[in-house]
Amino acid sequence: MESTSVLEPAPPAASPNPVLAVTPLRDQKIAVDVQNATKVFVTPPSLLSRLRGNRTPRKRVVAVDNISLQVRRGEIFGILGPNGTGKSTLIRLMSTLLIPDSGSVTVFGYDIEKDEATVKRLINRVSVEASFFKKLSPMENLLYGARLYSVDAAEARVSIRRILKRLGIEDESVMSPMEDMSRGMQQKVAIARAFLSAPIVLLLDEPTTGLDPHSKKEVQAFVREIRDVHDATVLLTTHDMQEADDLCDRIAIVDQGGIVALDTGAALKERVKGEKYPNPTLEDVFLELTGKSFVDSDVEEKP
Amino acid sequence: MTMAAAATEVRASYAFVERNINLVKRYWGWELVWMLYTIANSIAVVMIARGVNGSVSGQGLSDAQIDELVLILCVGALVWHYLAVVFETVSDMISWERWEGTIEYTFMAPVHRGTHMVGTALFSLVYGLVHTAVVLVVIVLMFDLNMDQANYLSATLVLMVGSISLIGIGIMGAVLPLLYPERGMQMTHVIQAALVLISGVYIAAEDMPEPLATISVISPARYIIEGIREALIYNASPMDLWKTMVGLLAAGLVLIPVGVWVFSLGERYAKRTGKLKRSG
Repeated sequence: MESTSVLEPAPPAASPNPVLAVTPLRDQKIAVDVQNATKVFVTPPSLLSRLRGNRTPRKRVVAVDNISLQVRRGEIFGILGPNGTGKSTLIRLMSTLLIPDSGSVTVFGYDIEKDEATVKRLINRVSVEASFFKKLSPMENLLYGARLYSVDAAEARVSIRRILKRLGIEDESVMSPMEDMSRGMQQKVAIARAFLSAPIVLLLDEPTTGLDPHSKKEVQAFVREIRDVHDATVLLTTHDMQEADDLCDRIAIVDQGGIVALDTGAALKERVKGEKYPNPTLEDVFLELTGKSFVDSDVEEKP
Repeated sequence: MTMAAAATEVRASYAFVERNINLVKRYWGWELVWMLYTIANSIAVVMIARGVNGSVSGQGLSDAQIDELVLILCVGALVWHYLAVVFETVSDMISWERWEGTIEYTFMAPVHRGTHMVGTALFSLVYGLVHTAVVLVVIVLMFDLNMDQANYLSATLVLMVGSISLIGIGIMGAVLPLLYPERGMQMTHVIQAALVLISGVYIAAEDMPEPLATISVISPARYIIEGIREALIYNASPMDLWKTMVGLLAAGLVLIPVGVWVFSLGERYAKRTGKLKRSG
């Protein structure tokens, strides 16, 4: 009978995660450490303006503004905020896709800039858009991913079928082009791809955005399972209040590139509980702490 | 780098070869159209040689001279096609991934950038060779070309050794789509056009106008085309072409590390400015 877990129990003598067998962690307790990180995106002046001596940027967006946070090993840590508040930029910093202008980001003690290769072995990321070669099948896409992360191809083929089946993707879809799949299915394949590399830190950038309620629940259950069975730390950005409340051990509420509060969901709600909010939700927390409603703050996502 | 790490990188480089082979299989219809287009283009060029006898030359050329002209143009068209495929595959690796939306995923993977490029280059060599061989067979059959003097070993060696330097230039070219998401790909076509212009694809480099002939000295493509013409038309042996091959190898050994270095500078800049992302 098929196991309910996608993860086979690790042999007793082995490390629970194969990545740990080759990459010793410098810091055993803090998975991700962000210290005073700032990222500003600048649109330079046009060539004509520069020739006229004008050096003033056309646009300057402070995406991440002096943020500090620590994610503990084994946590599901939520970064909650409307679009355009720097959540994705923060995740892309942790993913080594961006270099901070100032401050530092480390993953289990490894700096994302100085120890980039090691950090890359420890992490994987699922972005809001499932990014695949659309004509290739899930098997072909995932096999490509597996090879990039040095996973044995023969083992990967078996694991891919098992993980996809666990996520509700039928055998006949495994070899069909990704473009024939629904967005929800594609997102599940994206999660399977990230999981295949056995990341110690899994970065999920709005993984359930646009999914139907059933798919959303399945993905959320999978995220819990990855943490519980696999010794993974999960960092999750979302603008879904309920998801953050249900899934995350701690939540950082971000607005305009900065953290306005960081605590457990219950503690955050406790902060604003009172006459005005007898049974507060995270939305009430956001409103109280930022002075604006979540919907009003939902602005276009910056780079 | 330890042996184990090197073995890991070699295995990872196969990821790019396998992925591209899978893409060719999935886009087989497009590949067929591309092949027909290439054959039509090559035939058009070779037909110039057939037509020149009647329309340009007043006194007419001997059959041997026409055959030689046909072969000169044919080799130019085919070699250029091969080099263009290699160059484009390498330089388009960024544009393609950006278009598919996978660029962030690939750049986040724990793979050395050199491995990424070597893998892509290996595929481009195989793909270019297969493509060019098919076109060559069609042209030889269609024009009843006399290939008795052809030294295929020499031609293949020159092509292989020469490809290394083209890969180096392609890697440098790949930085353009990385830094200029909207127009970078077109910029790589400008590099290609410049190479066509100065490399003696359709006329011998020494017959080009003086400024172009002078610049052509720095183009590896010029020596590749000249070497292959010598091998396929005038039966030059590998020994006859050793100087050309050593020169091309030296150029390749310089251009690949320089290409990877230039690309790594571009990648770092892209990470600072936020250009390393799926959309422009």
